[in-house]
Amino acid sequence: MAKTKTSDVVYSPRFTDGAEFKIPTFKLLKQDGTLYKGAKAPDLDRDKALRMYHSMVFTRVLDERMLAAQRQGRLSFYMQCTGEEAAVIGSTAALDDRDMIMAQYREQGALAYRGFTTDEFMNQLFGNEQDYGKGRQMPVHYGSAKLNYMTISSPLATQIPQATGYAYGQKLAGEGLCTITIFGEGAASEGDFHAALNMAAVHRVPVIFLCRNNGYAISTPSVEQFAADGVAPRAFGYKMDVIRVDGNDILAVYEATREARRMAVEDNRPVLIEAMTYRLAAHSSSDDPSGYRSKDEEQKWRDQDPLLRMRAWLEKAGWWNDDEEKQLQESLRKEVLATMKVAQKRPAPPLDSLVTDVYDQVPPALAKQLEAVKSHIRKYPDTYPNSAEQAKGGA
Amino acid sequence: MPKMNMLQAINDALDIAMADNEKVLCFGEDVGIFGGVFRATSNLQQKYGKSRCFNTPLVEQGIIGFANGLAAQGSVPVAEIQFADYIFPAFDQIVNESAKFRYRSGNLFNVGGLTIRAPYGGGIAGGLYHSQSPEAYFAHTPGLKVVVPRNPHQAKGLLLGAINDPNPTLFFEPKRLYRASVGEVPEGDYRLPLGEAEVTKEGKDITLLGWGAQMEVIGQAVEMAEKDGISCEVIDLRTILPWDVEKVAASVLKTGRLVVTHEAPLTGGFAGEIAATIQERCFLYLESPIARVTGLDTPFPLALEKEYLPDHLKVYEAIRTSVEF
Ligand SMILES: Cc1ncc(C[n+]2csc(CCOP(=O)(O)OP(=O)(O)O)c2C)c(N)n1
Ligand SMILES: [Mg+2]
Repeated sequence: MAKTKTSDVVYSPRFTDGAEFKIPTFKLLKQDGTLYKGAKAPDLDRDKALRMYHSMVFTRVLDERMLAAQRQGRLSFYMQCTGEEAAVIGSTAALDDRDMIMAQYREQGALAYRGFTTDEFMNQLFGNEQDYGKGRQMPVHYGSAKLNYMTISSPLATQIPQATGYAYGQKLAGEGLCTITIFGEGAASEGDFHAALNMAAVHRVPVIFLCRNNGYAISTPSVEQFAADGVAPRAFGYKMDVIRVDGNDILAVYEATREARRMAVEDNRPVLIEAMTYRLAAHSSSDDPSGYRSKDEEQKWRDQDPLLRMRAWLEKAGWWNDDEEKQLQESLRKEVLATMKVAQKRPAPPLDSLVTDVYDQVPPALAKQLEAVKSHIRKYPDTYPNSAEQAKGGA
Repeated sequence: MPKMNMLQAINDALDIAMADNEKVLCFGEDVGIFGGVFRATSNLQQKYGKSRCFNTPLVEQGIIGFANGLAAQGSVPVAEIQFADYIFPAFDQIVNESAKFRYRSGNLFNVGGLTIRAPYGGGIAGGLYHSQSPEAYFAHTPGLKVVVPRNPHQAKGLLLGAINDPNPTLFFEPKRLYRASVGEVPEGDYRLPLGEAEVTKEGKDITLLGWGAQMEVIGQAVEMAEKDGISCEVIDLRTILPWDVEKVAASVLKTGRLVVTHEAPLTGGFAGEIAATIQERCFLYLESPIARVTGLDTPFPLALEKEYLPDHLKVYEAIRTSVEF
């Protein structure tokens, strides 16, 4: 045991409230597209910067179109990333494309950046026969093995300790890869969050914890979520490095994540990033925020729109102009609409997918249950129009 | 009598409980000023203040642990879990703590004041994490009571019964019926007994048994069967744990046939427990095997929800098969 230093001991009760640990916010880019004084832009080439911006615009267009589709009754449910595009795309852009992403549900921008196609998005949203998830999960629960994007799970925070485990495996595999897990400030209240950080610190795991602090968990404002100054100070309790970043500043998010990745992969130091941002849209298509927050507050954040901020920077760099913006918006709108129409018409997943993937193979008793369903459908084909054809010709 | 939907009836019950006893508290994710994502706790914070109705941080194990502590102290917590699918982080607090508090302390301490409300069940295009019926997990836990109402009248009376019952009680609300089920609800305080099933329709050829949203499905199936001349007796179990063996056995002794239905998967579902007990009690009187009409042994699907659900046609077919056995 280490010898106790005299300064470690006091002879009257002295409490520590942690007030000396003030965590600053890292910012680079102002809303007008200029850098803060003394700030240095990250080393981003034009192609990469435009790939990032393109993903942001795509995400915005997709979200607008699909919310409208939900309102028209084409889609059962939708969730927008609106306002948080910089946080999810800036961080993803700073990773190796082979790094694993384990997200919550509002991170479609990350997937767009990795190259998930409009068609792939649509197939999941409509749960059709080409959906990788076989129509089993609600809209926005995407997943892609080839893009290293773990399939979304609705129960909050469950992916956070899984990310620690996944990254520990990556460390053992020695391929120099890491995992990022992205989650809300509300989900960070779950026990799973705390378990994940502690285990990551104890086992020195190459994992990045990216908290999107967007101010709300459905109707619950962050002041009712935690008494502390955000989520960031929790890192100290686990002896983990932490940075707070302006989540609407894509350059700062990129730079913070790039450095965090270096620490994770080179030094096996897990890192917590708290991205300060705002959920500009409703929680989901089922929510109406007017019951719990003001239009003024929303406007304040709309003025900090991360898309406009990056666009202003790109324009100042001479990499982007109004015409290109107009063209991109138009072509994306067209593409999203056209792809949606096709995906919506694709048939539902096959009836047999009711029982597959529960295990690696269908147990005999479950196969019998499927047969019973089929023979029932044969009796009442009109009641189950989507499956009537497939139920034909059974035993 | 005023007409209400199930949410209004639940809100009314909570309002009455809070007015009646200042020890009653309502809390959970988004239940404060917003009134819960389904609005079951609307206006309670406005009426009873932030110290008695409030948002909690987003942590189910915390919510129920906190509620256990409150109940041990003598308060009467009514904790909301936003969806029954999200009750599992609190499984330890419920199964190892709520259920065993009294037993392990030799009745020095108890958490009898605790009520846990959670919307459950499918039919709302919710997929595998917004559709589950987890009653059987908790029915396997002595020390808990598990209650499921079928309509607004029952919801109000059973919830008031649960809040006032001196045992920790899980109250699963059929969310598909929250707004769809509308009916007359008596004004003021009334408490329906826990542990008692209700015969909602008498008949002589076959007994149909279910709870919660499945009662509506049974109703449709029975209508079809009666047109075929089959006289059906219908029982709403209402309390899954401890369940009313006597009333069910008495009915099956009379009819000789039993169909039990629930949305949860077949294997390990509560219908299995009922079937085992009833065949012990009624073996020589049974005219046909006890039938179970349930979900499949899979997670709850989305695109194929219709095919999965134990709907009225599947229940009707089970009635026919049982009668023609
Ligand atoms: C374990 C669990 N509890 C509750 C929910 C219901 N729920 C879904 S999203 C949400 C709020 C999440 O807020 P936050 O983590 O801040 O993410 P944001 O929606 O702001 O992106 C809640 C309570 C859930 N999905 N899982
Ligand atoms: Mg949030």
